[in-house]
Amino acid sequence: MIIKDVICPFCGCLCDDLAVEVENNKVIDVKHACKIGAAKIRGHNRIEAPMMRESKTDEFREVSYDEAINEAAKIFVNSKRPLMYGWASGLCEMMKKGVLLAEEVGGILDNTASVCHGPSALGVQEKGIPTGTLGQFANRADVVIFWGCNPVQAHPRHMSRYSVFAKGFFTNRGRKDRKIVVVDVRKTDTAEMADEYVQVNPGEDYKLLAAFRAAVADKADVIPDTVAGVSKEKIVELAAAMKGAKYGIVYFGMGVTQTRCKYKNIDIAVSLTTDLNAYTKFSIIPMRGHYNVTGAGQVFAWETGYVNGIDMSRGAPYYNPGETCSNDMLMREELDSAFVIGGDAGAHFPAQSIAQMAKIPVIQVDPFHNPTTEMANIVIPVKVSGVELAGTAYRMDSVCLRMRKLVDVDFPSDEEVLDKILAKVKEIKGVS
Amino acid sequence: MSELLIKNAVVYDPINKVNGEKMDIAVKDGKIVDSIGNGADVIDAAGRLVYPGGVDAHTHIAGSKVNIGRIMRPDDSRLNNKPRTKITRPYTGYTVPNVYAMGYGYAEMGYTTAFEAAIPIMKARHTHEEFEEIPIIDKGGLTLFSSNWMVMDAIREDDLDRVAAYVAWGLEASRGWGVKIVNPGGGEAWGFGKNVAGLDDPVPNFEVTPRQIIRYLAEANEKLNLPHSIHLHCNNLGKPGNYTTTLETFDICKDIKPKRDRQAVHLTHIQFNAWGGNHWGDMESKGDVIAKYMNKNDHLTIDMGQLVFGSATTMTADGPVQYANAKLLKARWANGDVELEDASGVTPLSYHPESYIHGIMWAIGLELALLTEDPWKVLMTTDHPNGGPYVNYPDVVALLMSKKKREEAMAKIADLTFERTSIATIDRELDWYDIAIKTRAAHSKILGMVEYGKGHLGVGADADIAIYDLKPDETDATVEHEKVKAALRKAAYTIKGGEIVVKDGEITATPMGRTYWVKSTAPSDAHDRMMADLKLKFKNYYSVNFANYMVQDEYVHNPVIEECGYA
Repeated sequence: MIIKDVICPFCGCLCDDLAVEVENNKVIDVKHACKIGAAKIRGHNRIEAPMMRESKTDEFREVSYDEAINEAAKIFVNSKRPLMYGWASGLCEMMKKGVLLAEEVGGILDNTASVCHGPSALGVQEKGIPTGTLGQFANRADVVIFWGCNPVQAHPRHMSRYSVFAKGFFTNRGRKDRKIVVVDVRKTDTAEMADEYVQVNPGEDYKLLAAFRAAVADKADVIPDTVAGVSKEKIVELAAAMKGAKYGIVYFGMGVTQTRCKYKNIDIAVSLTTDLNAYTKFSIIPMRGHYNVTGAGQVFAWETGYVNGIDMSRGAPYYNPGETCSNDMLMREELDSAFVIGGDAGAHFPAQSIAQMAKIPVIQVDPFHNPTTEMANIVIPVKVSGVELAGTAYRMDSVCLRMRKLVDVDFPSDEEVLDKILAKVKEIKGVS
Repeated sequence: MSELLIKNAVVYDPINKVNGEKMDIAVKDGKIVDSIGNGADVIDAAGRLVYPGGVDAHTHIAGSKVNIGRIMRPDDSRLNNKPRTKITRPYTGYTVPNVYAMGYGYAEMGYTTAFEAAIPIMKARHTHEEFEEIPIIDKGGLTLFSSNWMVMDAIREDDLDRVAAYVAWGLEASRGWGVKIVNPGGGEAWGFGKNVAGLDDPVPNFEVTPRQIIRYLAEANEKLNLPHSIHLHCNNLGKPGNYTTTLETFDICKDIKPKRDRQAVHLTHIQFNAWGGNHWGDMESKGDVIAKYMNKNDHLTIDMGQLVFGSATTMTADGPVQYANAKLLKARWANGDVELEDASGVTPLSYHPESYIHGIMWAIGLELALLTEDPWKVLMTTDHPNGGPYVNYPDVVALLMSKKKREEAMAKIADLTFERTSIATIDRELDWYDIAIKTRAAHSKILGMVEYGKGHLGVGADADIAIYDLKPDETDATVEHEKVKAALRKAAYTIKGGEIVVKDGEITATPMGRTYWVKSTAPSDAHDRMMADLKLKFKNYYSVNFANYMVQDEYVHNPVIEECGYA
């Protein structure tokens, strides 16, 4: 059987044109997907059964789901400051349940944006975000800027579906109708195929963005001969190209969010984009990684008012980035347990945070073995959402789609596991 | 089999022409009934004010615009926080409350139904995701067709039935209740940073005019026999001098024959479209001119879009107006283009009484409501949260009922306001019957929700009832406006579907409401022509596949479906 129009549960592109061949309840072929997406749908490194261990240096022993869930609930009940991190590789239904559990245990709810596009959220809080749906850019954009991102490696079908080769109503020659500019510290594979590669000095994106703002405002006289390693001449030339666009779009990635100046880079990139709207139409959009990290921000925002770093210990949500995000709290050694679901703290947190996580009980809910597993005390395997479970995800442009189920498995869903932990927590606390 | 008797109620139920009558109301299984047995629970209203549950026909409560408002405004989410209780989830936010506060806030004021005013079809799933989480109130939404390529292409080919077929499909795809039109054609022009200047300014690349978009959609609306009329946000919103466009727009639907007992067109938040003058310096009110038109014509209804001083988060599918706002005010600006369909923007701002521009806007909303004689023609709204958050409705009611209250407010407003508006000369004070019309009965009638038991307390209606801690016989609303405001802000009881959801202003239960949507049909040949075009648009231009586009049943909870179509 071939299932068509499958939505890929890998990256924020949510490509929705996959054809997956299933035989005897097994995926045997994945068509149209990129290599990474296909690999995820085919499956790998699966955790087969719930596991527990007292000490993180012990070997895991297999346990029943009930035992693992009961122990997880006990850890929550005995924690004063439980971290609840991840929420990006999962469906919105799971996230809603997570917020409920966080309210019950007074947890710190934080998603992977914290170490990824969290600074973008801060930039949006400062300046807003002129943006749109990916199809808008495909149909209209003739000037395309990739800043600090490398879709060839990280979002492999982005260029063919949305940004570079896609043919649209006003861009019916696709690549030929577009000027592609890549700003990056190194000549990435994306830069290799651009019309213009602008090599910016590491950590100096803010300076370059400021120079572009000056050039766009016709104030090139204040620009030094070189800024951030880029010649004034090139800056003025590119600013003119931006202003001359029919529709311009800036795609940006962690090259600007997680380097020097962090959210200030996004603040000024949004300002540049807004400035350009005095001359033409310009938009900007973050290249989101996990397929539903956008959904995590959306769900948390409508349920709590905030996108991440949400401290529920007061009963009402409290948010103060710099104080209430995972790494702020880990580095203050304030947390006494960590629950990691749909994200991988072990792979992405700084060493100082990991050292703290090694000292506290860690519960992992995930289909796959990953570095977080190495520091977990309890591991609860679940269904692979979007392959074994249907539900909701938000594309990087906040377009909401319903992921399909392709095969049936006996694993519980992450939502079911959360539900059981919540029920057990209430039972232990004696609340109805 | 729950039964409830509300005794000694002073009832205002304009749809059933009940005007302050002292009576009992019987409730059984969630509906109003003639009488019930002796075993029923009893609430003694003791002469207090009883209204049908409030209905809000135009508010922005859910979806991508509201949520980008939350994401942009952690400053707003810090306001009005309330920790969770055994019954309620936490409250956050003032202009962009979280989903829980959204539902609780309405219920606390005695409102039981609210309609989201703008659903982009492509993002409708998101709207329904939030609907699912908004407790207590019943919901519906209006679907955007203003700058849609399918609509414009069919109009250019003069194929009205194809327009209707697409409207039917779009309503089903988005699970919407009615046709919303925002700055017709302007959203497409905004795709390249432009706007349309007026009703006859052709939409770039599509060669249709805003006038045609309105006209065809109004006719398609009646062909499909939809419960609501078209719901229109005029061109040129937010520009001094725009009242001429507004008056011209009013005339477009003058000869449209509604298939149902309702208006031919509803024009929304007209406060923002009743501006005279040529620029910000000489801006003045034309609220009186608009009201004069309203008094002479019966084919249209409007809502106030009343301004409330303080913080607001403006959000609209009118993309260019939000860019203009943000630029003028140097404010944060979120824009949200939607491929092939529409635009949108969100900008936080604050209204100040010291500003004569804001003073004039404040006055215009009141002029519209007070100078239009027939209360059924002008709904009370703030276009939440554009003019201000809905939690301020009690304040707006107090302004409408009390000249004294208005004079107290005017004392703090920039003097120039009173040279440029007629508000200081208006003596009219609305009564409890008028307010019942403007806050529930007319909303229900205009939406086509009367037959669904909304906005009234006749036998068979939904037992959605508000009891306010105020005795109309003993309270002079023209003087005791603080008391009026306090009573309306926190209902003594809100009853939703026969269940007490609020007592003494506090939430007591959080049942989930319904979602109303319309499934309509056009002739099959028109449907086939439309589908052929639609499939091409998906193949060539949409970034989502056709098979993944329509909102699935999983997202519509407690659905109530109106089925209608060509006669």
